[in-house]
Amino acid sequence: MVQALIMQALLTGGVYALLAVGFSLIFGVARMLNLAHTAFFMLTAYGMYYFTYRAGLGPVPAMIVSVLVTTFIGAASYKLFIDRIREHHVAVLLVTIALAMVFQEIMLLGFGAHFRESPPLMSGVWQIFGVKITYQQLLSIGIMLATLVIVWALLARTKMGIAIRATAQDPEIAGLMGIGVPTILLVTMTIATALAAVAGATIAPLWTTYPYMWMSPLVMVMVIVVLGGLGSIKGSIIGAFIIATVETLIVFLLPAGAFLKLAFSLLIMVIVLVIRPEGLFGVAFEEERL
Amino acid sequence: MIRRLLKDFQGDVIAIPGRLIALVFFLLIFILPAITRDPYILRILIFTNIFVIFAVSWDFLSGYTGQVNFGHALFFGVAAYTAGMLNHYFGIQPWATIPIGALAGVIIGVVTCFPALRLRGPYLSLVTLAFPLILLAIIKAFPDVTGGEHGISGLTRLSESRVTEYYISVIVMTISVLIMWKLTDAKSGLVRTGIILHAIREDEIAARATGINTINYKILAFAIGGFFAGIAGALFAHAMRIAGPSTLELTLSFNAVIWSVFGGIVSIYGPVFGVYFLYPLLEGLHVIAEIRFLIFAAIIIAVLLFMPEGIAVWIRDKIERECPRCKLANTAWRKECRACGASLY
Repeated sequence: MVQALIMQALLTGGVYALLAVGFSLIFGVARMLNLAHTAFFMLTAYGMYYFTYRAGLGPVPAMIVSVLVTTFIGAASYKLFIDRIREHHVAVLLVTIALAMVFQEIMLLGFGAHFRESPPLMSGVWQIFGVKITYQQLLSIGIMLATLVIVWALLARTKMGIAIRATAQDPEIAGLMGIGVPTILLVTMTIATALAAVAGATIAPLWTTYPYMWMSPLVMVMVIVVLGGLGSIKGSIIGAFIIATVETLIVFLLPAGAFLKLAFSLLIMVIVLVIRPEGLFGVAFEEERL
Repeated sequence: MIRRLLKDFQGDVIAIPGRLIALVFFLLIFILPAITRDPYILRILIFTNIFVIFAVSWDFLSGYTGQVNFGHALFFGVAAYTAGMLNHYFGIQPWATIPIGALAGVIIGVVTCFPALRLRGPYLSLVTLAFPLILLAIIKAFPDVTGGEHGISGLTRLSESRVTEYYISVIVMTISVLIMWKLTDAKSGLVRTGIILHAIREDEIAARATGINTINYKILAFAIGGFFAGIAGALFAHAMRIAGPSTLELTLSFNAVIWSVFGGIVSIYGPVFGVYFLYPLLEGLHVIAEIRFLIFAAIIIAVLLFMPEGIAVWIRDKIERECPRCKLANTAWRKECRACGASLY
């Protein structure tokens, strides 16, 4: 039982971590709350379904194609809709949520309000202490952890990563140092969308796919990002696994757990913020302390 | 006396096209039942008026003080449930439940204020987002008292006739909007709240440095925002005759943001315009139910791409121009200021 719970927490945590890192990255660099972020997660899950069952591709090519397509859609929607009104923060908020609605409605028209499933990349189970763990679960967790490591390496070790972090710290000075800030913003949006897409593609065989599947992860991701400190990658990852563990335990322990899991996660966020207003790993600026 | 009022009217209403449009608009909605008594249209407009109060109260709290509230439905829902429970369990009539509901909005506004006062920017937005969802989970966990998924139904109607209900909603809406407009008027000599709220939004530290107790004014903003959202919520419960979980949902909180930003934030008339444009539009799109949300979202994106400040503010900037010398509003087609004669070019 314990192994199954740990597995569940790791899977949920992996999805949340990937989504939260992307959300946090785009907030940290472009200072915008991208409410369409989890809609890309939903799009990729539908991409997996479409390319395997309707277009007849194998699971692995389908995964690559759907991640690429979603990443392209993300970058294109940034370039077309968000880039030109970037200065108006509330307008960006509204446009991103309208975009999420557009994606949801298109999926609803294209695939209907049915629950869909995608085929697993690997079949078979692994018996450990009398508990069955499918290879697909292990593979999904592996892909997610590998992606997180790659993103960390990209941000910490490459020139592009340094440029992204410089832009996050101070866009004006970064521009003076010869960094093309608009390009960096586009690149950040692409990376963030790609992260959401990888999360969607790896989890599609395990979770059900439906047009409204972006809403509850969106709230969860916002909770996690605030809990860990906005703009902090480390905070997002740790926050994701904390929230995922809490969620798994609540669903397992309480009878009405499915209703209450959101409430408990939100309660934890409120408590953390009341004690530490900048989140667990956020940076407090002296002038922002009031 | 009458002559002075007439002169004020000429100078402050007729001369400013934005206010003239507002006046014509309010006259139109007052005489509307003389044109049509179609119950369906009146019903839509009743809800439009209620949501106008709700959206304007969001603009008052979030636009003017910069405390972007993602959980405005909390005040609405608490008031709706308060009014609903009082009416259902104790048989109290709407004329009493609506003020009590508004009072519940004030209390919950002040209570949420305390965790919210320490936070700023996106942190505040996300904490306020959390409260209605927590309450929603509690309501669903105790279905015996709260009615669970279905809510409390069978409440007393506002009035037996649809036209009277319509007039109640119009009058309450007009008074609420006027009060909030006066409270946020930065040029007013009567109340200082307008200019202080502007100061807090622009630079909180500078506002504190000039001796404004920003904490008190933030609590005040939360209380007033909660009060008017509460009125809207209680009215909604009686107009709908149900106080259900839909009054607390994320959709409603985001709708307040959508309406206000679409019309134009920090303007009071922006949200009025936004609700009067978007709510009947969404209802009217029922004829093409399958793609109505798609069209709705597409319109929002298209408008915001070209008028990121909101549609009402964009129109105002087209028809009005501020005198650079005396800051008086002028029609855009005048060559010189109507008061001081300074060139407007």
